Amino acid sequence: MIASERTVVRGLRAAEEAPRRRRVDAWVVLSYALLTVGALAMVFPFAWMLLSSFKPYREILSFSILPERFTLANYVEVVTGTAFPQWFLNSVIVAVGTTTSVLFFCALVGYVLATLKFPFKNLIFILILSTLMVPTEMLVIPWFVMSAEYGWVNTYWGLMFPGLIPGFGVFLMRQFFQTLPRDLFDAGRIDGVSEFGLFWRIGLPLVGPGLAALGIFAFIGNWNAYLWPLIVGQRPEMRTIPVGISNFSGEAATQWNLIMSASSLAIVPVLIVFLIFQKQIIEGVVLTGVKG
Amino acid sequence: MTSTPPARPRRSLSLAQREALWAYVFLAIPIAFYAFIRFWPALQSFYLSLYTWHVDPARRRFVGLGYYRELLENPVFHQALKNTLQYAVITVPASMALGLGIALMLQAVGRGRGAYRAIYFAPYITPAVAVAWVWGWMYNYNYGIINTLLIEWYVFLERFGLERLAIEPQRFLTDPNLALVSVSVVVVWQQLGFQVVIFLAGLQGIPRIYYEAARIDGATPWDLFWHVTLPLLNPVIVFSVVITTINALQLFDQIVNINFTDQGGPLNRTLSIALYMYQEAFGRARLGYAAAVTVVLFAIILIVTLIQLRLTQRRVEY
Repeated sequence: MIASERTVVRGLRAAEEAPRRRRVDAWVVLSYALLTVGALAMVFPFAWMLLSSFKPYREILSFSILPERFTLANYVEVVTGTAFPQWFLNSVIVAVGTTTSVLFFCALVGYVLATLKFPFKNLIFILILSTLMVPTEMLVIPWFVMSAEYGWVNTYWGLMFPGLIPGFGVFLMRQFFQTLPRDLFDAGRIDGVSEFGLFWRIGLPLVGPGLAALGIFAFIGNWNAYLWPLIVGQRPEMRTIPVGISNFSGEAATQWNLIMSASSLAIVPVLIVFLIFQKQIIEGVVLTGVKG
Repeated sequence: MTSTPPARPRRSLSLAQREALWAYVFLAIPIAFYAFIRFWPALQSFYLSLYTWHVDPARRRFVGLGYYRELLENPVFHQALKNTLQYAVITVPASMALGLGIALMLQAVGRGRGAYRAIYFAPYITPAVAVAWVWGWMYNYNYGIINTLLIEWYVFLERFGLERLAIEPQRFLTDPNLALVSVSVVVVWQQLGFQVVIFLAGLQGIPRIYYEAARIDGATPWDLFWHVTLPLLNPVIVFSVVITTINALQLFDQIVNINFTDQGGPLNRTLSIALYMYQEAFGRARLGYAAAVTVVLFAIILIVTLIQLRLTQRRVEY
């Protein structure tokens, strides 16, 4: 259509001939201006949250941008007046535990589906992919019934079990293992490497970027998860950070200074992780487009 | 696990059989997981939706499609369904258009692209629960920053006698006509970064040669956008529409937390299907009815996904 061969050749020639013009493009200037305005709108809620979190209660209701009397008392009150350290610990346990399982099992299943030959392979893959179409909302009721029956309510296992081997992780890792040549594993087999060793010692080290993206996504996804932890973590000491923050804020009513420091405690660690792993996270989004 | 296989392979086992055996050894736990944690519960939702709820299975009463009939008549469910579709209809096009616009601008700028991209993306990974509380504070009628700024704006305009241009402070979360839009703004703010990243990657995948060739043929920037960028971006757009739509249909965290004392209010005007399901199941212990709600939600999501498959299969040839 547009890129018929002749125009491509003409285009190439013209591009070579024309000296690269470096005019200051109006579009570029406009872009910078609009992008900056937009970026301010993106940052503002975070900035406002932090500023509010350092203000004493009296000040929060009288308009001032910067805190006149900067205070950390809100944070002290949230951390000491609630079970926040316990929520934090719970979130760490759930996120680390789940992520470990996700990394190991998604990689293992991805490896098996990508490199081994066995009957019903495609059927198994399609069945795993089909679970992506089922919304969590449809599963939480049976999960709860199941948890009540087996005594999983208010346990770490109860918080973790739904997310142990997510389908998107299997899909992602399969994609990565498919890029590796099969000869690699055949050679290993001839050298007497065990079947598990082929996965663990030969395959796994070669899919590092995939593991990084998957691990970060699983961690953030579980760290932010709300619906299922809200249902299964009913006792105050079994709450994760989102559930704890939500309950606390509901009880704090109009003490927005406290609510904003609680929100900061939930948001800032995630932002720090994001700053550190920014590149992998964004690449991971491009790769999967799916949130953990 | 070392080199000893579970059942010592008999000499008769061929290499292919051995490989298949190992595959199933490795898949044993994952298959059990998918069977008991994913497939069985999904099927159980259908089953539960046919019975009244009781902890003791023997005391559950069969109601058949009774709950589905109730769904057809229940005005609160209708409101939740309508709201949920409205969330999708508002947030999907808004975040797509803004995301595409921002991605195009990011492509135009050289320096600082990475930093801008990171800033736009950051809200996407922050916990929606906390984000909702932050926006709830900004939206606060009496003390929220947005109304404060609107008042300052009025005072500013007053000096020039231009009060007519001012906007009155709004009851963002308690005005039934405004609440759903206010929540949608939060959703767009948080989802936008996803679109930006996906679209920017899509744009960077379009070979520059197409633009140069078209430009030599005398195409204006407008032509380039409509006849080169958009058609070539089509797969990315479809993918993004589906993900964003599915997310919009499952809204829960934000709605619960932004108006915590009147969840789904005012007058159920922000109630989503997911929140309705939660309230019925865990607030009123009507698990059977709530299961029927989730079956309907599943059907809606399935239809959206199938439409996507149809659209992506219709590839445009170049």
